Amino acid sequence: MLNVENLTRLTIGPVSLAVADGECVAITGPSGTGKSVLLRAIVDLDPNDGTARTASTDRAAVPAPLWRRRVAMLPAESGWWQDSVAAHFRTPDKIRPLLQEVNLSPEALDWEVARLSTGERHRLALLRALENDPEALLLDEPTAALDEKTALMVEALLQARLAAGLSILIVTHDPAQARRFAHRTLHLENGTLRQVAP
Amino acid sequence: MSGYIALTYWDLLWASGFLVLNGVLSIWLKLGLERKLAVAVARMVVQLLIVGFLLKSLFAVQSPWLTGGVALFMLLFAGREVWARQDRKLRGIWGYGLGTGAMALSAITITTIGLAAMIGADPWWSPRFALPLLGMVLGNGMTGVSLALDTLHSTVKREKPAIEAQLLLGATRWEAMRPFTRRSLRSGFMPIINSMAATGVVSLPGMMSGQILSGVDPTEAVKYQLLVMFLIGGATGLGVLLATFGSVYRLTDERDRLRLERLTSGE
Repeated sequence: MLNVENLTRLTIGPVSLAVADGECVAITGPSGTGKSVLLRAIVDLDPNDGTARTASTDRAAVPAPLWRRRVAMLPAESGWWQDSVAAHFRTPDKIRPLLQEVNLSPEALDWEVARLSTGERHRLALLRALENDPEALLLDEPTAALDEKTALMVEALLQARLAAGLSILIVTHDPAQARRFAHRTLHLENGTLRQVAP
Repeated sequence: MSGYIALTYWDLLWASGFLVLNGVLSIWLKLGLERKLAVAVARMVVQLLIVGFLLKSLFAVQSPWLTGGVALFMLLFAGREVWARQDRKLRGIWGYGLGTGAMALSAITITTIGLAAMIGADPWWSPRFALPLLGMVLGNGMTGVSLALDTLHSTVKREKPAIEAQLLLGATRWEAMRPFTRRSLRSGFMPIINSMAATGVVSLPGMMSGQILSGVDPTEAVKYQLLVMFLIGGATGLGVLLATFGSVYRLTDERDRLRLERLTSGE
């Protein structure tokens, strides 16, 4: 469960939204309207006002690193700070069996980051974000760099997590993905969120 | 002090001829360096002549206040130089204050201890010892601190996704910045480490050479040089550490966010 109330950041808000356990909510809206800014504000990556909590954790009551373990975010651009892929994972051995589920070679963990394509990096970053076993997951265009087959595989992986109770908030430009994958869609424009009729 | 040979201004004019030759070559080869070279040479001549006369009268007056004033001026100038050598700087008072403060703390502490406890000049602040020593300590500290801050600021800007990826996985600001903090510290320490390693084989340090030229026994000159190198190394290291960690602190906040808006946009 993820509950956000009266969140404001720059031109956005106050915005309130709730994502139930096992629910996926999509956010759509024109480019530059601040969808990524909203996700960043929820994980407290930029200064913002408002409250946010999950079933177990109140954002204001815990240090930010702990909050970000409960509410994970996958930004549109993935970040890497070591040469080898495996060094970015806390328990690489637990990740290895998952690689094929997102159409990656089982050896991908042994590669250098430099040889990965954008899409490969993105899928590895998704597995990395799930490593903390978060309660909620914020995704910023998770399948934009992927071909259709791989995108569907990533969605299937996420579906399994949804079934296990994960809450997902997904920013997408793809209306088909929003219809296929999300239970509800919210539209962000001029700093306010409104529900899109199903 | 038997072998000291005083130079005349004619000797200097003669020696400067080689630089003039360089200027002529620059014009001839269209390097476009002659203007810069001329300005640098003119600045050096004027600055050193003024310093010579200033030191001479300071030594004659022997005032702690005047000595302190000159030391402060040197410090502020070094701080400005550190500020100017960074492509991206911290905004506001931090931009000038951090580098200057780090150097002030390290250079003044270590120079004072060196003067009072090791050289044992009487009085300890005697300008004949204090000002040249502070100058050498500050000069090297300035290079180290400016390199460290310049590296940190450009790296942090470029590696924003890598830093935020770590923050998003639950790293604290110090953990997320660690790979880049280490890189900046390394580039701040490198000049002094290199110059210590090469000293005596590749180059004879300027101070020691000066003492030997003016007739001091080489083994005595070496002792002085070693003392100075230890003080310089210590002060540079301390200054680099203070400035780097201070800047990491400023570029992040208590909610473990990266605050790049506190950095200027660069050239």
